[in-house]
Amino acid sequence: MFSAFMLNAWEISSIVAVVSGVVGFFVVQRANAFAAHALPNGAFAGAAAASYLGVSAVIGLSVFSLAGALAIAGLSRRTRSDVATALVMVLMLSLGSLFLSFSSGYAQQIYSLLFGEVFGISRSEILPTFVVSLFCLIAVLFLYRQLIYTSVVPEAAQAKGVKLAFVDLMFLLILALTTTMAVPVIGTVLIFTLLISPAAAARSFTSKVPVAIMISVSLALITVWVSIALSYWTNYPVGFFVGACGAAIYASGRIYRSIQSKNLNFGEANSLHAL
Amino acid sequence: MSNVDQNPVKLLELEGVSISQSGREVLHDVTFDIYKGKFIGLIGTNGSGKTTLLRAILGIISPSSGHIRFLNSSKQGRSRNIGYVPQKIDFDPDMPLRARDLVALGLDGNRLGISKRKKSDKLLIDSLVEQVGAADFANSRVGELSGGEQQRIMIAHALISKPELILLDEPLANLDLRSQVEIVTLVSKLAREGNITVLISTHDMNPLLPVMDRILYIANGKVASGEVSEVVTTESLSSLYGHHVEVVNLKGRILVVPEIEEGGFNFLRGIPGNEDH
Repeated sequence: MFSAFMLNAWEISSIVAVVSGVVGFFVVQRANAFAAHALPNGAFAGAAAASYLGVSAVIGLSVFSLAGALAIAGLSRRTRSDVATALVMVLMLSLGSLFLSFSSGYAQQIYSLLFGEVFGISRSEILPTFVVSLFCLIAVLFLYRQLIYTSVVPEAAQAKGVKLAFVDLMFLLILALTTTMAVPVIGTVLIFTLLISPAAAARSFTSKVPVAIMISVSLALITVWVSIALSYWTNYPVGFFVGACGAAIYASGRIYRSIQSKNLNFGEANSLHAL
Repeated sequence: MSNVDQNPVKLLELEGVSISQSGREVLHDVTFDIYKGKFIGLIGTNGSGKTTLLRAILGIISPSSGHIRFLNSSKQGRSRNIGYVPQKIDFDPDMPLRARDLVALGLDGNRLGISKRKKSDKLLIDSLVEQVGAADFANSRVGELSGGEQQRIMIAHALISKPELILLDEPLANLDLRSQVEIVTLVSKLAREGNITVLISTHDMNPLLPVMDRILYIANGKVASGEVSEVVTTESLSSLYGHHVEVVNLKGRILVVPEIEEGGFNFLRGIPGNEDH
């Protein structure tokens, strides 16, 4: 279970989990879940385009996810942000289907991006992933207070001179980079799980932001570690376990919160709703 | 307050301010001054441009003509230190943010990097929490507090940066009568203690009448201002509202009471079965 190729899987999934735990906290806090769904899907289309043009999939992933982030940020200033996000996503997906139809020979490679290939990671992929992750984390720390302030009371933040559009754009770019880095590892479908579940659950366990971020990272790490171990033993796909762990963690968070809640009736209704 | 009245210091000056939003002129040629230490009510119906005016004073939106000048202050635009309580915000009840954390955001939420709060910052947060009477729920999640409790926290959030001027946008909307009185009393007390100028918008002026010094009345894109004693009369208010309004004195309290429209009775009469035969 700790052979050389497995070591790569442990390392890269841990890196991805740490970044997803941190960035995911802000995705949930800033109500950007839809963008966290749209950008990886758009990035997937970019990989299809890269395959058709014969360039590295990472280039396609990064170009499409960054362009998607810019388009969502730009359109959101003119229309509702969920509509903007949906429009950008369908546009990128339609381009993806076009490029996929051109390059049927390599389609297998591209489809692997849907669920990722954590066991197929090579040594050379770890350093670039680490560097991009570090960059994302530094960017989040740099914007930390503004990311929180603008998500809680945007008008008050604006009155204190914070540029809402700038903070929104910066965060979408951070999310796009996280996506680019994580998609080859755990895939477009499952990065969404890792961005949302640990962060959403962490909010139930504490009422302090820094603690919630630490819990979110811990839960993301537990999710990938447990999933890889179970997948190794059972030969079932990692993706199944990541999704199942995500759901279980979120449910446990809701149950914990409903027990904590002073109003018992209200709490029971909540936990039933979560389950 | 009487010493302030004898030496009025002009704090803010609006001159010929017009503001257009998406092609529509929301405010037209607005001119008024705000003097230091006054408690001013910004009265107007929903959609009359109260929020637009407040946002212009904050420097979030720029006037299409005219200017907004802060006196005694070299700082202009967005760097002005003005406390702001925005219109009712829906806080997510699951948000992991305690009431005191929201107060702290008023201190340094606009800065870059992570917070390194000193002991003095913590004491300042504690004292603000204490001043607005929020000590009991300072460690609860903001989203789980009642509307009145959230307003207290937002007031502490606005005052923690020690502004000279505080703007409150409809802070009484959605509050029950008792909470309305409590919030008005609290703002007026804190403003007097700290010599802070207050501009508070509302569509119902009754809760403000006991503490308000001046009225800014906003309607049809125009603003009129005056002392409470001048404006709050049956004649003057009726002409401002374009509708008969009665100013009554009830056990020493001044109240503004709108008259029920005759149209209301006509409407009833129009319903089948209600006609006079």
